[in-house]
Amino acid sequence: MEQPMELLGRQEVWNITYDHALGETASYFFTQIRDHGRIFGRRCAKSNRVLVPPRAFSDETLLPTTEWVEVGPGGQIEAFTFVYEQFNGLPPPPYAFGYVLLDGADTALGGYFRGVDLTNPAEAAVKLAIGTRVVTKFAEQRKGDVLDFWFEIA
Amino acid sequence: MSNDRVGIIGIGQSNFRSRRDDASYPDLVREAVVPAMMDAGLDFDAIDAVVYSLSPDAMVGIGNAERLGVDAVGGRNKRFLRINTGGATGISSVAAAYYHIASGVCDVVLTAGADKVGECGDSQTVLNKIWDPTYERALPLGTINMLAMSAVRYMKRYGMTEEDMAYVTVKNRRQAALNPRAHLRKPVTIDDVMASRWISWPLKLMDCCPQSSGGAAMVLASEKFIRDNKLDAVWITGVAGRAETYWMGDRMGTNPTAEHADAYALGRSFAASYKMAGITDPSKQVHIAELYAPFSNTEFHAIDAARLVDNPGDSIKRLRDGEFELGGRIPVNPSGGTLCTNAIAVTAMARVAETALQVWGRAGAHQVAGARVGIASGNGGDHQIFGTMVIEA
Repeated sequence: MEQPMELLGRQEVWNITYDHALGETASYFFTQIRDHGRIFGRRCAKSNRVLVPPRAFSDETLLPTTEWVEVGPGGQIEAFTFVYEQFNGLPPPPYAFGYVLLDGADTALGGYFRGVDLTNPAEAAVKLAIGTRVVTKFAEQRKGDVLDFWFEIA
Repeated sequence: MSNDRVGIIGIGQSNFRSRRDDASYPDLVREAVVPAMMDAGLDFDAIDAVVYSLSPDAMVGIGNAERLGVDAVGGRNKRFLRINTGGATGISSVAAAYYHIASGVCDVVLTAGADKVGECGDSQTVLNKIWDPTYERALPLGTINMLAMSAVRYMKRYGMTEEDMAYVTVKNRRQAALNPRAHLRKPVTIDDVMASRWISWPLKLMDCCPQSSGGAAMVLASEKFIRDNKLDAVWITGVAGRAETYWMGDRMGTNPTAEHADAYALGRSFAASYKMAGITDPSKQVHIAELYAPFSNTEFHAIDAARLVDNPGDSIKRLRDGEFELGGRIPVNPSGGTLCTNAIAVTAMARVAETALQVWGRAGAHQVAGARVGIASGNGGDHQIFGTMVIEA
């Protein structure tokens, strides 16, 4: 009987560098976080909704946002998950992250949850249940990035 | 509307597997194109245009892989257009083929593509890159944890449990076992699913779709061409699509327009395609549904959005009662669906193709008896861009 033919492969890694410009709105947001440990959203004058993270325009009214509004540091959990799988280029598991509606905001901001034991996900899910009050914590050394802050149960 | 419908006249799908080391990327596209052309009974000369179905380039590791695909679809000297709406790419491609014909510009259009997700060692790393580099890229976002967060909100609103989710996997694996083209065909039990390892709570390994390699192709034609050439066809009677905000955090918080637990824009898209097809009560008029659901929990909000149940969340109990099984009231994903096969570039085309085969009576061992009206859907991006169709015999 004939042997199956040898099939070859070729491994390749894409490693591409980008130097992203953040634009005016995000630059203000991250400067305030870096320099003052304060989080700001943008209010749409027509809908009165405060968008966090801040955007230059509302996707609903399609009008420019008009005002900076400080939000947080308190808030409530809107969504969460606990990751137990290692993905290349992503952090070592386990970790908890999700979205929080900061006080004064109308939309939720993503960030890590810290200080919760993830050994048993069902128990952790009770501790981080939707609606749970949290507070934003800021790193001592901040560089102007979403990783400068995280959320802990209040 | 007597002479301006658009019909499906040819379907080709490869067998979907983890890897296809015997076939290059264009070989895999051609593997679907050739049977679709034979099914239609046409030469390539009859094709007026090609719509190329290809989601993120990085998944196949070929920048603008449609360049390589032109030869495999017989595209030289023809109108040629690539479509990419993420997971919805396949159904968006069929829709674009439909519009080419409905506009009166073309009579016969081929749509085709392939994916080799099994060759990408880092698919969640690729999918992490679909998030905004300004605010969200630094977070470990991916399609799995994005939809895990939808599951958490669906649990809160409608009382879904992890065991409810396991019922979806058990149903779809049982159905995939009947479909020789499906990738994951081994039946599993509720206990198997519950004991599988945690990926992103509440999603476990068996709540998640595989990374599949394979191709799909379809040939569409105008009703006049079909009649003049005495071809067999099934008909696309409803076609729609809807998009929703990029921002996941806007789908929660204060009075969100598009609640992240649900599939709001998918529901709006279904409503539009039902209206076009003249369907007023889908729970009574639809016989079979192929709904894009890459994670077990997402089949519930897809069933809700398609209005196969009276109220959102009713899908949980009705699925456990067997209403959406083969042999049940409205079989959902009789092919095994996206949960058992996900070659991303053509996954939503497979939903359309499988629905067409069902209403045609050609689905094989997973045929839904007497199916004449079917629906298909595709979800793309960060649960953001949706396509829907109604297909009738």
